[in-house]
Amino acid sequence: MAFNFKFLGSGGTFPHGVHPPERKTFAENAAIEVMPPPERVMIPLLQNVGAPSKPAVKTKATVAFGEKIADAGAFVSVPIHSPVGGKVMKMGTITLPNGRHVPAVPIKAEGEQVSGRALWDEIFGGEWPREGLDRYTQKEIVDAIQKAGVVGLGGATFPTHVKYVPNDEKPIDTVLINGCECEPYLTSDYRMMIEVPEPIITGALLLGQVTRARNIIIGIEDNKPNAIEVMRKAAGGTGIKIAVFRTKYPQGSEKQLILAATGRKVPLGGLPLDVGVAVSNISTAAVVARAVLRGKPLTHRVISVTGAGIRTPKNLLAPIGVSMGDLIDYCGGLTRDAARIVAGGPMMGFAFSDMATPVTKGTSGITVLTHGDLKREVETNCVRCGRCVDACPMNLVPSKLALASRKKDIDLAQLYNIMACFECGSCAYICPAQIPIVQLVRTGKAVVIGASKK
Amino acid sequence: MAKDNEQTLSAAEEIAPAIHVAPSPHLSSTSTSTKQMMLDVLIALVPVVGTAIYVFQMYAVRQLVICVATCLLAEAAFTRMRGKPLSLQDFSAAVTGVILALSLPGTAPWFVGVIASITAIGIGKIIFGGVGMNIFNPAMVGRAFVMISFATFLGASGYQDVNSAVDAITQATPMDAFKQSGVVASIPALFWGVTNGSLGETSAVASLIGGIYLCIRRTASWEIPVGVLAAVAVIGGIAGLLQPESEWTVLHHILGGSLLFGAFFIATDPVTSPLTPKGKLLFGIGVGVFIMLLRIFSGYPEGVMFAVLLMNGVTPLINRWTIPRPLGAK
Repeated sequence: MAFNFKFLGSGGTFPHGVHPPERKTFAENAAIEVMPPPERVMIPLLQNVGAPSKPAVKTKATVAFGEKIADAGAFVSVPIHSPVGGKVMKMGTITLPNGRHVPAVPIKAEGEQVSGRALWDEIFGGEWPREGLDRYTQKEIVDAIQKAGVVGLGGATFPTHVKYVPNDEKPIDTVLINGCECEPYLTSDYRMMIEVPEPIITGALLLGQVTRARNIIIGIEDNKPNAIEVMRKAAGGTGIKIAVFRTKYPQGSEKQLILAATGRKVPLGGLPLDVGVAVSNISTAAVVARAVLRGKPLTHRVISVTGAGIRTPKNLLAPIGVSMGDLIDYCGGLTRDAARIVAGGPMMGFAFSDMATPVTKGTSGITVLTHGDLKREVETNCVRCGRCVDACPMNLVPSKLALASRKKDIDLAQLYNIMACFECGSCAYICPAQIPIVQLVRTGKAVVIGASKK
Repeated sequence: MAKDNEQTLSAAEEIAPAIHVAPSPHLSSTSTSTKQMMLDVLIALVPVVGTAIYVFQMYAVRQLVICVATCLLAEAAFTRMRGKPLSLQDFSAAVTGVILALSLPGTAPWFVGVIASITAIGIGKIIFGGVGMNIFNPAMVGRAFVMISFATFLGASGYQDVNSAVDAITQATPMDAFKQSGVVASIPALFWGVTNGSLGETSAVASLIGGIYLCIRRTASWEIPVGVLAAVAVIGGIAGLLQPESEWTVLHHILGGSLLFGAFFIATDPVTSPLTPKGKLLFGIGVGVFIMLLRIFSGYPEGVMFAVLLMNGVTPLINRWTIPRPLGAK
């Protein structure tokens, strides 16, 4: 498979896509702040793609910071660890922003908690060596990742150890570390790259080590010149290449990232593995470094709380399981014209209204949108202008997919490859007629899947 | 606005904002809307309308007023009959009216414009289900109906009225003059538009200016006019090679008749043309081929209207033929 170096200069990109307003200025200059430990956390037992985890502690048990509270439920599952020291309360059920009801373990914080500077040092501090990482065997690395409960922190939450299990039939020759952060508003990855590049580099090297990859590339969009400079300096002498891409949505999407960085096309219905590539978010790389080098688990992550609807946008180092309400309150609360709270970015994130909803491993940010941000024209008929076709990064015809979904026409939907759509929202974003294409495609996919199950 | 948000209220006064949920994506591009696209077409038509009024004076004004007014009234009446809400504010009926008027000769009597408009809106658009649902270009449907019903008024000879006060109308149209008597019009006359013809077709430069504006704004897809012009250039070039003694060149074909007006304003109607760039190019080439076939081999001096209608019918097939391959498909 040919490796395409020409995009490593700058300006590499993928066909189509859209340019939503970046709106990074809300939080891009807010240094990562350590959130004070909350009084209680609610830990969902399903925070990843795959099987739920099984609780490993009983009610009223005392747990320490970093102690395991749930075991992996299957191979494609991960253990979960407590971000606070305290007492386990009676298990309950929680509704996640994507609508799923999952069992969750509440933990009441008791006693002294690791906080402030000490917590920062615990997660990000210390030495992050770039040499001597080859003493870790592949098995050691994969086991350490699994034990730490690492999942893809970019939002897809796929168990990372499964992605990096050595596969002799489909070897990986390129590890791509995703620092694109193409969603508007979100700045957590950006701040991590600027403030703590060392663990990212160490993590990238470890992922290169576990895959025996020939190339390790960190991909960053060109709207983050500071991050590019810092990462270039941090990567100096390690052999890691920094690839700069044209700022465009959805550059950070896996398939589009692989296409822009290597020119390879992931087969429809396939995985990056099929073209010899593994992709992980920069935060995941940082967590991997801590897991392998120090045996420490994933308990906290950096979250961007941003948007015009939040009083004081911040980038927070927050514990998994803290409620959204606590996060929002810590950032000054909602403004008067806040209208929609989204877990994630505005293009693909899930809107929620229950403030008790907890932060999970996949929560990369909270975007609070105001009425002004959401204003749009009334929906009219599709005039087949073709802008959606020009926007779709998967080369689909969203207009037809929307029509097929409306009519519940399974044959038409499959003719136009409805299952290839990953719901990025580019089509609905650009549609002049304001047709809710993505929502129609979601219902269409449900119809197609339902029919295939019969 | 920002200051208003940051004003601190006491706990008692603080009203919790009303939070709602909705599916993603939560952002929508503000740069285009259906109405904006229709307005773009009207803006792009300004040079053409301006030239028409300059060359044809009262004939143009009368035809435009009749067609636009009838189209708006027809749409209002028909949508009311269907029990649907009034849709005039999306400007599509107004656009149909202007394009229809510009495709008619100035000499056509008032009832021709009225009947064409009612047919265009009623049969060309509303019975299919309204804007976005029709298969055939509504303005062309209206024009085809009156073309066949009132052959004398819309036939080539109908354009000419030797007793008219307006200069342009006393001559034959350049296309007809060539077909009947082999007279070759001068290129500058065709380019600037001081010839006879339907109201919008005479000035090549006006259509070009408006058409390029539409392509830049992406309200019209450039693949269609490029396809039309390429096909016309190739076939016109072949015809020119086969008849080297003729003075009617490829440039005459491109600048003459309603080719440029049709290529930029009629063939580019998004509803009735294919969805994908490849499909649009195929569509444009097809329109160009049919125009040339009609011009060279048929009894009509002009072929844009029928060429567009024929290709409109082929559009669903072109859409099927040009389904793009998804990223990563074999």
